[in-house]
Amino acid sequence: MGIDLPIIWAVIIGFGLMMYVIMDGFDLGIGILFPFVKGREDRDTMVNTVAPVWDGNETWLVLGGAALMAAFPLAYAVILSALYLPLVLMLAGLIWRGVAFEFRFKADEAHKPFWDKAFAWGSYIATYFQGVSLGAFINGFVVRDGAFAGGALDWLTPFSLFTGLGLLVAYALLGSTWLIMKTEEQLQQRMIALARPIVIALLVAIMLVSLWTPWLHQRVAERWFTLPNLFFFAPVPILVFATAALILSVLKRSPHAAPFLLSLVLLFLGYSGLAISLWPNIIPPDISIRAAAAPPQSLGFTLVGALFIIPIILAYTAWSYYVFRGKVKAGEGYH
Amino acid sequence: MFGLTALELARIQFGFTISFHIVFPAITIGLASYLAVLEGLWLWKRDTVYRDLYHFWSTIFAVNFAMGVVSGLVMAYQFGTNWSYFSSFAGSVTGPLLTYEVLTAFFLEAGFLGVMLFGWNKVGPGLHFFATIMVALGTLVSATWILASNSWMQTPQGFEIIDGRVIPVDWLKVIFNPSFPYRLVHMTIAAFLATALFVAASGAWHLLRGRDTPAIRTMVSMAMWMLLVVAPLQVAVGDAHGLNTLKYQPAKIAAMEGHWENKPGEGVPLVLFGWPDMAAETTRYKLEIPRLGSLILTHDWNGQIQGLKEFAPEDRPNSTIVFWSFRIMVGLGFLMLALGLWSVWLRWRGGLYESKLFLRFALLMGPSGLVAILAGWFTTEIGRQPWIVYGVMRTKDAVSNHSALALSATLIVFIVMYIAVFGTGVSYMLKLVGHGPESHGPEPEAHGDELLNQRPARPLSAAPDHLDAPSGAGKGA
Ligand code: HDD
Ligand code: HEM
Ligand code: HEM
Repeated sequence: MGIDLPIIWAVIIGFGLMMYVIMDGFDLGIGILFPFVKGREDRDTMVNTVAPVWDGNETWLVLGGAALMAAFPLAYAVILSALYLPLVLMLAGLIWRGVAFEFRFKADEAHKPFWDKAFAWGSYIATYFQGVSLGAFINGFVVRDGAFAGGALDWLTPFSLFTGLGLLVAYALLGSTWLIMKTEEQLQQRMIALARPIVIALLVAIMLVSLWTPWLHQRVAERWFTLPNLFFFAPVPILVFATAALILSVLKRSPHAAPFLLSLVLLFLGYSGLAISLWPNIIPPDISIRAAAAPPQSLGFTLVGALFIIPIILAYTAWSYYVFRGKVKAGEGYH
Repeated sequence: MFGLTALELARIQFGFTISFHIVFPAITIGLASYLAVLEGLWLWKRDTVYRDLYHFWSTIFAVNFAMGVVSGLVMAYQFGTNWSYFSSFAGSVTGPLLTYEVLTAFFLEAGFLGVMLFGWNKVGPGLHFFATIMVALGTLVSATWILASNSWMQTPQGFEIIDGRVIPVDWLKVIFNPSFPYRLVHMTIAAFLATALFVAASGAWHLLRGRDTPAIRTMVSMAMWMLLVVAPLQVAVGDAHGLNTLKYQPAKIAAMEGHWENKPGEGVPLVLFGWPDMAAETTRYKLEIPRLGSLILTHDWNGQIQGLKEFAPEDRPNSTIVFWSFRIMVGLGFLMLALGLWSVWLRWRGGLYESKLFLRFALLMGPSGLVAILAGWFTTEIGRQPWIVYGVMRTKDAVSNHSALALSATLIVFIVMYIAVFGTGVSYMLKLVGHGPESHGPEPEAHGDELLNQRPARPLSAAPDHLDAPSGAGKGA
């Protein structure tokens, strides 16, 4: 057997989405934390920490959509049309958040508070509906004759509403620990104080989702709770607890980059838990990666470019972060 | 909503969101190249006028770019949300092209944008110039891929249909499909034209208010040279584009010309104005020049082109719309040509920066590039109907199964939000234009510009905080 194109593509898309969650996660997190920081100067500093990079972060979401269409057109068609309403709301949130980045500095005094609100609300709405979409995705879709055959509100379940909340907490954690790394003094102290309850809330959310999912879905329960799988996958929840405990303990000792890096580990663990539950389906409950794949002509053509270009993208993205490294000081910015 | 079907609503939604989107990329493409030229001139000649213009236009670029990004994000998802049957049928072609666009263009733009807008004092001048060039290159690469995709939908080739879906067999044929080279050149020139007209109008506005500075003169002059060179080029390219369309999409040309049927042995007239009536199958109130249509389209007095009646009624695009949208585009194209010619005349005779009449005309023509771009896209896209992939898939078979209710609700959300958000953004852009370029003093220091040093980093921008605060420098010479 040659190279298994659909599997490689599933891994690439999984990687792209993870990059998105991590990178746009911390800048959406900054919007989520806005209501907890009142001072104008502090808010400017918060926004300045991501100003030069947020566009690149969001581009991973575009890659996720485009690559899904390229590699799994059926999945792109079914999932996006099934999630029509939550996705439109997510896009609406991203629009307000994206332009608010720019407009909150351009507006006259009277309108600045409006754009601050738009920034926070946009971040909340975008994150919440991403989380809802994730929950609806886990729940699965009704598919008939290669098209979505469910209702416009199928996505609306208690479980998906809860995953929306869960993602808000997760991004808030990324945002607060990012700011611990990029800021100092009072603002940093505030973030350290906020990070602690957020870690605990996230741990609770992860636990609830981990119990709720197998309880709802027989297939997921079988995946995790039968032997020998139980044995193989047991490290995931154990590592989740260990990492959370570690974050709590480093938060106590004038932290710098450690909480952020550990939060990335935590998110990665949650993400791999999800992958374990769903594998090998790309349209839950039962359409597999292979069944939804594009023809090999498309997969191969795109793969050549992806393997060649993604490393270059990672290199210049890293360079850009390097240029803007270090703490961002209040009122000073980058110049 | 208003008795529209789900299909009509989905089309309105797509047309509405993309019409907003295309305005921003057009200016992004033009301004990015303009900025690269300005920075190059500054590094080469060390004339501070170029540096001041660079900083002025880069703040406006930043606002425009942010709006291009968020409106484009919507586009990338709409193929799946609104046109899911199209996506599962032809995603194997459009998906890879869009993926290449993300990989080679969007990341490039985003990766170097931060350095371009905030890195003036963070990296050396050479590296900063490099970042600007990469952003400009990214915008052009982006146009290339998306137009390859759109052109494939217009003139598809290089594929087979197996088990009810498109299988690409020859990627070179898919990308270099017959209409792609014409569309790429025509659209890129259109973006440069639209930007030159915008820049010229900004300069004309300041000159008309008596703000006559070297920077403002320079931007008017540069824009006019651009216009003079590319406006005639655009007319020639547009003509070639039309001939190519005649070969591959004859129904579209018939609709654009309001041409219903041929009389034996007689050439086709050029209908200057008229009202094509789809139901009555005729063009009313015609003002026509005999045989000129033949001459333009076939380069022969007696040549004939297919009339709309030769196509089954269900295969005809709406002639009423494309007849007019085409004329708006072409009419504006000739006005641009006139503006360019007038500018050389004034350069020669003197008075380019003083003639009130000329400056008012330049100001009035400010938005004409964007209007022509929209008119052109309406011609192209509506002229392609009833097909989504020409001759292969009909638009009505492409649309997702959403209810009219769901589509109406989201359409209202889009309309309200776009008008509020992008309306505000455009007003901020115009305020920045009204601010005018500031002079940062004559000394050509090593990228450690004093005033810039005091300016805090701004999200995607480097603009002054207070738009309404009067700017001292640069105004009223
Ligand atoms: C001729 C050029 C052109 C055309 C016809 C289109 N675009 Fe566009 N697009 C651009 C030229 C462009 C650009 C100049 O490259 C932009 C403007 C601002 C930016 O960031 O890149 C852009 C931005 C942009 C973005 C945001 C990228 C980012 O996050 O940086 C997306 C997702 C799309 N576009 C997608 C589309 C789709 C799906 C289109 C068609 C239906 C489309 N664009 C038409
Ligand atoms: C960017 C400038 C563009 C504008 C202003 C534009 C405008 C329009 C308009 C007005 C329609 C509605 C036509 C109708 O329903 O009668 C439409 C439809 C459509 N266009 Fe474009 N278009 C543009 C570019 C593109 C590009 C680059 C693509 C593909 C990559 C594209 C793909 C489509 C699709 C999929 C539809 C919906 C199906 C259809 O009605 O044909 N368009 N566009
Ligand atoms: C005056 C001479 C012009 C002629 C003869 C001309 C001709 C054409 C034709 C025939 C098409 C439709 C092609 C198709 O659908 O297959 C087209 C489309 C278009 N035109 Fe023009 N055009 C002219 C001027 C302009 C100007 C001045 C602009 C903008 C500044 C412009 C922008 C566009 C755009 C954006 C499209 C849609 C994309 C495309 O198909 O290339 N055109 N033009």
